[in-house]
Amino acid sequence: MTKFDTLLVANRGEIACRVMRTARAMGLRTIAVYSDADANARHVREADEAVRLGPAAARESYLNIAAVIEAARRTGAGAIHPGYGFLSENGAFVEALDQAGIVFVGPPASAIAAMGDKSAAKARMAHAGVPLVPGYHGDDQDDALLKAEADKIGYPVLLKASAGGGGKGMRVVESDAGFQAALDGCRRESQAAFGDQRMLIEKYLTQPRHVEVQVFCDAHGNGVYLFERDCSVQRRHQKVLEEAPAPGMTAELRRDMGEAAVRAAQEIGYVGAGTVEFLLDADSSFYFMEMNTRLQVEHPVTEMITGQDLVEWQLRVAMGEPLPLAQDELTITGHSFEARLYAEDPEQDFLPATGTLTHFAMDLEGAGLSSFEKGRARVRLDSGVESGDVVSMHYDPMLAKLIVHGDDRDQALATLNRALAALDVQGVITNRAFLQRLATHPAFKNAELDTRFIERHEATLFAPRRYSIEEYAGAALIGLSQLARECESDSPWDRHDGFRLNAPHTIRIALCDPAHAQDPDDSDAVVVVEGRRERGTDTTWHLVIGGETLTASLQHLEGDAVAVTLNGHRRRLQARRDGHVVVMVDPRGETRLFWRRIDAIDHGHHEAESTLTAPMHGTVVALLVEPGQRVEKGMPLMVMEAMKMEHTMTAPADGHVENFHFQGGDTVGQGDVLLEFAADESPQG
Amino acid sequence: MAILQTQINPRSETFQANEAAMRHEVMKLRELTAAISQGGGEKARARHESRGKLFVRDRIDHLIDEGSPFLEFSALAAHEVYDDAVPAASIVTGIGRVSGVECVIVANDATVKGGTYYPLTVKKHLRAQEIARKHRLPCLYLVDSGGAFLPRQDEVFPDRDHFGRIFYNQATLSAEGIPQIAVVMGSCTAGGAYVPAMADESIIVKQQGTIFLGGPPLVKAATGESISAEDLGGADVHAKVSGVADHYAENDAHALQLARGCVSRLNWQKRGRLAMQAPTPPRLDPAELYGIVGTDLKKPYDVREVIGRIVDDSDFDEFKRYYGDTLVTGFAHIHGFPVGIVANNGVLFSESAVKGAHFIELCAQRKIPLVFLQNITGFMVGSKYEHEGIAKHGAKLVTAVACARVPKFTVLIGGSFGAGNYGMCGRAYEPNLLFMWPNARISVMGGEQAAGVLAQVKREQIERDGREWSKEEEEAFKQPTREQYEHQGHPYYASARLWDDGVIDPAQTRDVLGLSLAAAMNAEVQETKFGVFRM
Repeated sequence: MTKFDTLLVANRGEIACRVMRTARAMGLRTIAVYSDADANARHVREADEAVRLGPAAARESYLNIAAVIEAARRTGAGAIHPGYGFLSENGAFVEALDQAGIVFVGPPASAIAAMGDKSAAKARMAHAGVPLVPGYHGDDQDDALLKAEADKIGYPVLLKASAGGGGKGMRVVESDAGFQAALDGCRRESQAAFGDQRMLIEKYLTQPRHVEVQVFCDAHGNGVYLFERDCSVQRRHQKVLEEAPAPGMTAELRRDMGEAAVRAAQEIGYVGAGTVEFLLDADSSFYFMEMNTRLQVEHPVTEMITGQDLVEWQLRVAMGEPLPLAQDELTITGHSFEARLYAEDPEQDFLPATGTLTHFAMDLEGAGLSSFEKGRARVRLDSGVESGDVVSMHYDPMLAKLIVHGDDRDQALATLNRALAALDVQGVITNRAFLQRLATHPAFKNAELDTRFIERHEATLFAPRRYSIEEYAGAALIGLSQLARECESDSPWDRHDGFRLNAPHTIRIALCDPAHAQDPDDSDAVVVVEGRRERGTDTTWHLVIGGETLTASLQHLEGDAVAVTLNGHRRRLQARRDGHVVVMVDPRGETRLFWRRIDAIDHGHHEAESTLTAPMHGTVVALLVEPGQRVEKGMPLMVMEAMKMEHTMTAPADGHVENFHFQGGDTVGQGDVLLEFAADESPQG
Repeated sequence: MAILQTQINPRSETFQANEAAMRHEVMKLRELTAAISQGGGEKARARHESRGKLFVRDRIDHLIDEGSPFLEFSALAAHEVYDDAVPAASIVTGIGRVSGVECVIVANDATVKGGTYYPLTVKKHLRAQEIARKHRLPCLYLVDSGGAFLPRQDEVFPDRDHFGRIFYNQATLSAEGIPQIAVVMGSCTAGGAYVPAMADESIIVKQQGTIFLGGPPLVKAATGESISAEDLGGADVHAKVSGVADHYAENDAHALQLARGCVSRLNWQKRGRLAMQAPTPPRLDPAELYGIVGTDLKKPYDVREVIGRIVDDSDFDEFKRYYGDTLVTGFAHIHGFPVGIVANNGVLFSESAVKGAHFIELCAQRKIPLVFLQNITGFMVGSKYEHEGIAKHGAKLVTAVACARVPKFTVLIGGSFGAGNYGMCGRAYEPNLLFMWPNARISVMGGEQAAGVLAQVKREQIERDGREWSKEEEEAFKQPTREQYEHQGHPYYASARLWDDGVIDPAQTRDVLGLSLAAAMNAEVQETKFGVFRM
């Protein structure tokens, strides 16, 4: 191990920025690398120097080992920090660095290899006395033997096809009575799907939590654990909310898990920061899942409760220094949460979103939060983007991580909710409101955590949003005032007060969940603006919503902040109008309401009938019909792929495709016209 | 700064009684307006709707900018005039803001008599065009009309201000650079066909709009040719074959969207320039106007109480406060626009008339728009006044009012009788717009005075014949005259005949004037050249 004065960060986004921040503080020169898509990205702007790797595609840039090593050579970087993802767990990369004489900030290639092979890793963990999920993985597939193994493991058990995947040939068996039937069924399915009948059996954990332990080892044989993180709130194995410490831990369990994790790391000769992931069952038994041989996305929650800078630890260990602290010098202070802000649309199956971040800021003061309290950061935003940045289709859609700290879980959670409300992201759809729904969910507040949290609470997390009269009234006022503000004129014609002679000032505004905006028959709420009364500088409005009359007024505060007063109840919130959608944010959550004048129809409708446009950047996978072929409304016409998900364009009406503008394999940009569609003439009366 | 102070006690019995009486009148007006806005009744509406057509007021709502005002003219037109009910004279007109431009909108209501033109329909259409000319406002015609109402062809067709004048106006307005845009949303038969044909730009709705000089029945009769309306003059014919229409719309909403597009491409710029102030609502509450004014024209009140509830910040800089004080004159702002206000505060004397003429000269010189608040029984009569030359002094006021070329707006807030009507910019003096409050009355003189004059003449006749005329007989003679004057002087009677541009709720006066002033600023404020003032 050698000292180095220049660090290259072979990554992008928030983690590149975060690593460089510590590196700079330690007096290191920082080198960024970038792809063409990131030429002006924040991590490039913040680095002392930056080197282009190649085109946007990751395999030609951030995954291009030769290019990264060349960049280190050009800039004289003595060490490379891989961040997470990309090359961080790539043994070949580590070996190439060894050969090039460049320090890899991470474990030796042998440790990566040891954990990379999942079944070999399990064998070594068993050897090190790290608990594994009880199961049977044998070749003997005799019915009676399998049944006996299941009985031994204890029900419920999970029957899984050895060759399986995708949930096929997989069943949960609740008791011994149902075992044979389930086994027969699984074998049939497995045979049909994979041409193989072999089964394995594992204990089925009914309410497992994902609890992981942060470990750190140096090259001198020292190893410590920096306690655990609970990352149970996941969707499709993607962590969303993480916290440390894990709720409900006893000191004993914490020690047992921590020591098991250190044993796991030392078993494979680990050096640097690593995370040992466990499933924690309701009965406090825990089982090894896997080890991540890198710095985790969620490492900041550990930093918040331990007061340590894990990147600094990584760099010191990489320089050959011993661990800064011993196990008995590490303590937990307070509680921390991390929320991952993704550019994605939770309402559309978490479809990744792209676009330009017209605005990205967090107004802590407005939210009544100071970033530091008692000498410790209370709110931390680890972000790889700034206002004006473009979110492209090429990489992971995570924009930033919001990390908060509090004296206890309740206080930290309250801070998280206020901070989420203070986060102002415009231009790109994000999961911010979804995070708010999660973080304000009663079950989350009560720490009723397990890895199926989101699935289990789907009904409430994704329920058709119900809006209060106050929300409708607020949205109506805000929308109207935005119209008036856009005019920037004193003309009485610009007042947008719906003036009519000898009649109530009537504006009828239909408001609905933006998810149903294209479905005008959906039960919109109708806000009738009946009157406007101006005295001095105060303007009050009379609104009627569902038979209820409200007196309302609106006051513009600084920036996007407004105060809405309804029947004498004043609320402060962040508000804006984003096209047709009025967005209101306060610590209780985000409200988005689609604004439609009762008389207005979708004027884009006419054009939408003749063209179909790409909802986002992506690649055309297949054309499903021939030009000219008769199709019925709703029939799939074309499939495109974006961000690893498929999107199908369907016929907007009965008719036929006139022609396609792209062929399979073509790249399309957001808003590109994909095809021309001719609807059948509809008889009109 | 001269902030008007109020002397009103809103808890007084008089105030309460006034307030109740005026509120009653306003509610009546609102109810009548609401009923008229329903057009031709349930059956006709259902039929209209079943054809996929929007109602006329919904069309206007689609056309104008979201949430923006619509200043409708003469909603009471033809009210109780014809044997049949013809709500709003089957045509809706007004000023609305389209793509940021104030436009005059003229829209047929096909649910009322098929949108045919009664004599008052013609008058209302022409009046809207006149307003467009005066204010320099683009015209949007939403056409859905069967053309002239044939049974009354003699009152609709031949004269100068009859049907043909619509197209004369279209041509001459266009010549003045005032855009003419037609949206054909229904029939445009015979003369009506010229509305889109004379337009600068026209839009037609698929399978709904038709344009032809002669409809299928006439064609059949004339030439024997059998053809459907659509094939004769539908959207496909005119947008693709004849070129009579320029834009092809899928439906009403689409057509109106296209019309908004047309307006957005006018490169429209306002020409009027005034030294504006930031608008401030009045300090005094406009809602108190009801209790101040009431409905009894005989009860006097200080007109400054009205002014203070109309002008910005209740700030009124009075001119010649202590001279000719039955006429109040002064400068103020309404919605930020500078205005000169001329308001009656009693009968006109020589001094008040001269003062008024002086003030109007000031405003014309400075190009400040004028607002007349009319509540006038007339000029003072009697030997003293005749001898001091009240006729020539009154003539000075009338000359000034007639010649002033600044925008003029008149509101009849009370009585409008005799020559007072002239001196205070009555309809004949071409104010840009003229509105009446529901308590106002308009006639050549008061009913009582007229009855008195007629009775005096009658008495002289009878006494010449050496007969007796008892008080009772005289009273019986006078009563029908009083009744006739009351009936014919009523604002609904006046508005039905287009003597004004609408009856308005007093509480809306400020907004009506603000909208009118803003619209008037589309035109350049003209130089004034006065005629000879008799000295």
